[in-house]
Amino acid sequence: MSPLLQGVITIVVGVFGCVGYFYAANLILDKVIFPPRGPQAGRNINRATAVRPWLFLFPAIFALSLYLVYPVIGSLWRSMHNRAGDEFIGLDNYGFLFGDPEFLQALLNNALWALVVPAAATFLGLLVAQLTDRLSWGNIAKSLIFMPMAISFVGASLIWKFVYAGDPDIGIINAMRDVIGLDPMDPVQVPFWNNFFLMAILVWIQTGFAMVILSAALRGIPEETVEAAIIDGANPFQLFFKIKVPQIMGTIVVVWTTITILVLKVFDIVYTMTGGNFGTQILPSYMMSFMFRDDGRATAVAVVIMIVVLPVMIWNIRQAQKEMR
Amino acid sequence: MDNIAGKSSGLKWAVNISVALLVIAWLIPTVGLFVSSFRDRDQITASGWWNAPFSVELTYRTRANDGEPVQEGDLWVVEGNIFATSEVAEAFASGEASITAFGVTGREPTAYPAGTEGETRDGGTLTVNADGSYRYTTAETPDDRGLRIYFGAATPPDFTMDNYLTILTAQTTEEREEAYAEGQSFWEILSDENGVFRNFINTFTVTIPSTIIPILIAAFAAYALAWMDFPGRGLLIACIVGLLVVPLQLALVPLLNLHNQIGIGQSFVGIWLAHTGFGLPLAIYLLRNYMVGLPRDIIESAKVDGATDFQIFTKIILPLSFPALASFAIFQFLWTWNDLLVAKVFLPSDDASKVMTVRIADDLLGSRGGDWGILAAAAFVSIAVPVLVFFTMQRYLVRGLLAGSVK
Repeated sequence: MSPLLQGVITIVVGVFGCVGYFYAANLILDKVIFPPRGPQAGRNINRATAVRPWLFLFPAIFALSLYLVYPVIGSLWRSMHNRAGDEFIGLDNYGFLFGDPEFLQALLNNALWALVVPAAATFLGLLVAQLTDRLSWGNIAKSLIFMPMAISFVGASLIWKFVYAGDPDIGIINAMRDVIGLDPMDPVQVPFWNNFFLMAILVWIQTGFAMVILSAALRGIPEETVEAAIIDGANPFQLFFKIKVPQIMGTIVVVWTTITILVLKVFDIVYTMTGGNFGTQILPSYMMSFMFRDDGRATAVAVVIMIVVLPVMIWNIRQAQKEMR
Repeated sequence: MDNIAGKSSGLKWAVNISVALLVIAWLIPTVGLFVSSFRDRDQITASGWWNAPFSVELTYRTRANDGEPVQEGDLWVVEGNIFATSEVAEAFASGEASITAFGVTGREPTAYPAGTEGETRDGGTLTVNADGSYRYTTAETPDDRGLRIYFGAATPPDFTMDNYLTILTAQTTEEREEAYAEGQSFWEILSDENGVFRNFINTFTVTIPSTIIPILIAAFAAYALAWMDFPGRGLLIACIVGLLVVPLQLALVPLLNLHNQIGIGQSFVGIWLAHTGFGLPLAIYLLRNYMVGLPRDIIESAKVDGATDFQIFTKIILPLSFPALASFAIFQFLWTWNDLLVAKVFLPSDDASKVMTVRIADDLLGSRGGDWGILAAAAFVSIAVPVLVFFTMQRYLVRGLLAGSVK
């Protein structure tokens, strides 16, 4: 039970350490460095006010630079070194990657994931959000569809491995095939299509996320626009596609990009379901095949993932800056 | 609105039915594994989980060794009850099974329906009834071992907690009984090094500090970014938005090397720090968005009354931001609990320090590949806590999601 004790101590040290830091830092600033009395009281108050934000921000900035900014540079640097890390080899690791058919396959599959999963999850989420909007038991339905969000990717993979199991007495897919007289098959080993069977798992998880956000957006649509359309004789489908969807387009884009970023990072599903075999490799799982073995190549893959994410990142920053004005 | 929308009742029905179908489709995978986690392992392979409430037909073999041979004319007759024969007596101790068919060869274990007369290999006859009673005749003197009989028996559904106990303690039912007999308490058995219970505790050990510490750090930073005026504030916020999407993969190698150099290595301290760092951008972003929306009047009147920033923060901002703090806490809890990647890299790779996800993905899926009862139980041990948190705190989770992505 020693890790448990260690955990408790860490919580206590961490919490008291944080609170203590903020409290003590404030105290020292106000009482010792810039006391608001004496001949320079006014100037001291101004100085203290100028310094205080940085006191509040220091732990966060320190942790962020160490755990997120430094690694970006560190990875870039490391990816230009050989396996042992003692020799600078320029772009050789990247050269290796682009000559490796498995990497190209992973790149291709990742593109497929990034196209299919956000599209499917957003579409299904929008569908459920709209269907449950006026339903008396809509909230229960939504909460059940949202539930997979709480399940780990590993747990979800296990759940779906069970669905896909080859024995018709275990896997429900093969049980259904059995009923209509087809031979059992292993969905995970069907070339090319197995990618889509793996994507289904992530769609299953992410639909709830899309649904929750889009459902709130649908509720936010001004009633007048809907009423006006009804008076003009719009049918439910026109109402949905021509009145509602255009008004929540901004939210749809946000949901879409959020899921896209997630897709580019998730390695758990492929790792658990196939280990990257049967042509299902994607970049994050491909990187794990080098982790602990060849840091140079592993970081090179990580940098490629970063480059893929970069446009989304820039777009996000632009959006945030627009909102702040 | 509904009636003027010209929605016919037919359309309403269509909506109800399609939502019902979607919900069922969404639930089936989870329900299947959940049901299986309570089923006996033989029953899992014999019938699908959708048949779980019904009897399962399993095939057994035994030797008819419980009856005394009696000579009738030039034939020997043996009578007895299959359920009492020594090879299967234990499996049918509850006495609720019934025999559906029987046979005398392993190739055709269910050649004859129960109650009919079958032919044995040496030319005699064998009759087995549904209640287990049998009668066979043979021309030769039967030996002590008795006739080999195969039979299919409908076994009633068998729901048990055995899978959970087995996976948590890493001991089979028999081993646990032995341990009890030796006087070990349940707690001692549960504390077995190899059991998944250890990994379950590890997950808690990783999760709780990794949830609490970033909240504290982020709350102060968020307050500074929301309510303090200083040069470079906009730039900092932009940086944090940018850091939101930095792929974790980039951080793995450099940070592990750093941890090794400063002596933390692969350890719980390392993973706490890592989760803290990785969780901060979202924490700061969510909390700042929420704090900016707090009414300016309250804060300014507190300032006029002479409150310091520290007091404003602890006495006004923190209590008012409770919903946002709760949202982020749930996010971070779910994320650290469910994480596989960070735990794989930052924790040592021995079984005793693995968290649940790593144990399932790296160990159980390989070593217990086809043992679905065990795998299902392990999965639900790991799923139970986040799902519980999810259903009790859903309100805050939804609020956090909305604050994070909808403006």
